[in-house]
Amino acid sequence: MSDERISAIAAALAERFGGEATQDNNQTVLRLPLEHLLEAVTALRDEFGFQVAEDVTAVDYWQRREPRFDLVYHFFSYENADLLAVRVAVAEGEAVPSITGIFPGANWYEREVYDMFGIPFTGHPDLRRILMPYDWEGHPLRKDYPLGYEEVQFTFNFDEIQGKKVRGRR
Amino acid sequence: MLEPIEVSAEELQHLVSERALKGETVLLNMGPQHPSTHGVLRLLVELDGERVVNVVPDIGFLHTGIEKNMEAKRYWQAEVMTDRMDYLNPIGNNLAYCLAVEALTDLQVPPRAQAIRVILAELQRISSHLVWLGTHLLDLGATSLFLYTFREREFILDIFEMVSGARMMTTYIRPGGLWRDVPAGFEEAVHEFIKLFPRRLKQYEALVTKNPIYRDRTRHIGVLSKEDAMRWGVTGPMLRASGVAYDTRKARPYCGYEQYDFEIPTQESGDVYARYLVRVAEMRQSLRIIAQALDNLPAGPVRSDDRRYMPPPREEIGVSMESLIHHFKFWTEGFSPPKGSAYAAVESPRGTLAVFIESDGTPRPYRVHVRTPSFANLQALPVMAKGAMVADLVAIVGSVDIVLGDVDR
Repeated sequence: MSDERISAIAAALAERFGGEATQDNNQTVLRLPLEHLLEAVTALRDEFGFQVAEDVTAVDYWQRREPRFDLVYHFFSYENADLLAVRVAVAEGEAVPSITGIFPGANWYEREVYDMFGIPFTGHPDLRRILMPYDWEGHPLRKDYPLGYEEVQFTFNFDEIQGKKVRGRR
Repeated sequence: MLEPIEVSAEELQHLVSERALKGETVLLNMGPQHPSTHGVLRLLVELDGERVVNVVPDIGFLHTGIEKNMEAKRYWQAEVMTDRMDYLNPIGNNLAYCLAVEALTDLQVPPRAQAIRVILAELQRISSHLVWLGTHLLDLGATSLFLYTFREREFILDIFEMVSGARMMTTYIRPGGLWRDVPAGFEEAVHEFIKLFPRRLKQYEALVTKNPIYRDRTRHIGVLSKEDAMRWGVTGPMLRASGVAYDTRKARPYCGYEQYDFEIPTQESGDVYARYLVRVAEMRQSLRIIAQALDNLPAGPVRSDDRRYMPPPREEIGVSMESLIHHFKFWTEGFSPPKGSAYAAVESPRGTLAVFIESDGTPRPYRVHVRTPSFANLQALPVMAKGAMVADLVAIVGSVDIVLGDVDR
C-alpha cells in the first residue's frame, strides 16, 4: 500500500466530485456529497481498480452535528492493496443510493446499517432487518436509543415480564 | 404463552422463486437448531426434489449488541467484549481492537510484544482451523477426527491458560503491548507443540486428503469462482481457495509480519475440497511463522511506556505519589485518545477482520464497528449452494467456517 498513491486518488476524486480528501490516523478519507456517491464509487471500481467494499458502516452524531449521520465505506483493492475510506453525510430520513449494483458484497452491510441506524437505501434488492427481529421497533445503534436491559425471567416473574413487553416482542 | 411472529407472504415473496408460490418447490427450514449450522443459523432452503433452488440465510439469533455496549465502556473495558465475538479467535479479535486503538493513540509497541503477539495469533489460527477440521468432518460423518483435533487444540489452549490465565477469553493483548510478559516455560511449551504438531497433521491428512468418501463429497461442490469471491467480499481461506493470493498479513503487514518468511497457500478450483487443502497448508505456514518468531524472540519490555495511555508500572506505585495518583486515575477514568477515527485489519483464521473506531476525545469510544469475516463469507452462501444437493449444503456451510458469534456480534 503506498500512501501517496491513495492520497492522489482521493485528491483527484475530491476535485472531480466536489469533495474533500483528508488523512485521519491510518486512513485516507474522501468526503463526498451524497448526490455524487454512485458516480464516485463507479469511478473507484472502473478507473482506480478497487475490487471490494470491505466495510460499510455509519456513525450517528445526534445533537452534535447536522446532518446527523455519516456513512463510512471502506473500499479495498486486492491487486494494489489500496484502502480508501469514503464518508458521506446523511440527514435523518434521507435515502441513500445503494452501491450493491457496483459491489454486490455491500448487500448485507447496507442491511445492517438500515437495521441499526434506520438509514434507507434505494435500489437495494432485499432491504430487510438483518440482525434484529423482523418486528423490532427502533434502531439500536442510534445515539438516542437507550442501552437498556432485559429483566431475567424466572418462574415467579414470568407472567409479569410477559405482560410488560417493553420493546419488541419476546 | 409465546405467540408466533407472523410474516406475510408478500414480505418474503422476493426471496423465493415463482415456482415456490405455485407450490412446485418445497420450502424447508434448516435451523436455527440444527447441528450442522454450527450455532444458530437459520437457512430458508427452497428445494426442487433434492436440488437446492435457493438458500436464504437468516442470521441475528446470536446478536448481543456488542457494538452498542462498547460505546458505554471505557477503551480498556470494551476490549473484553471483543473476545466474545469470534470465540474461536479471541487473540485475533483482541489484536485487531488493540491495533485500532494504537492507531488512534499513536502508541508504539515494543518488539518483544510484537513477536509474542505473532506467536499467539498463529497458535490461535491453528487451534481455530483444528476446530473447523474436526467439526467439518463431523458434519460429513467422520467422527473420529473430531476427537484427535480437539486433543491438539487442548495443547494450544493450555498455552493460552499459561500466559493469560484463561483458556478462551484471554484479553491478553492490550493496547500498547501485552497484559504482562509470558511466564517461564512458555517457550518450551511452544517448542514442544511445533515439534509434535507436524506429525499429527500428517496423521490427519492420511485420514482425510485421499479418503474417497471425503473427496466424493467435497470435490466440485460449492464452487465459488474467483470473480464471485472478490465481488461478494469473501476473504480468508475461502478467497485463497478460489485462486486469489491475498493475505492481510502480506498485503497490509502488522505486528512485524513482513519480517517472517511464509507463503500464501492457494488453490484454483474454489470448491469445498480446495478450502480444506488451503486450511491444512495454512497450518503448516503458521508453524513456520511460530518457529521463526520463537527463534528470534527479542528481550525487553512488553508494553509501551507512553504514560498518556499506559498505567504506571507496579513497582513505581509504592514509592511515587504521582504514580499512585496516575494509577488511580487511569483505572477509574480511563484514557482519552484524540478525536478522529482509525481502521485496523488483521488476518483472522476466517478472513479479514477489521475494527473501525471513532473517538470523540472522551475515555469512551464514540463508535466501534467490527468488520467480521464470517458475515461477508456467509453472504456468498446462496452463490455457492444454488444447484447443489441438499446433503451437500451441509458440506458447503461447514466449509465456510462460520462462527455465529462472529456473524451476529
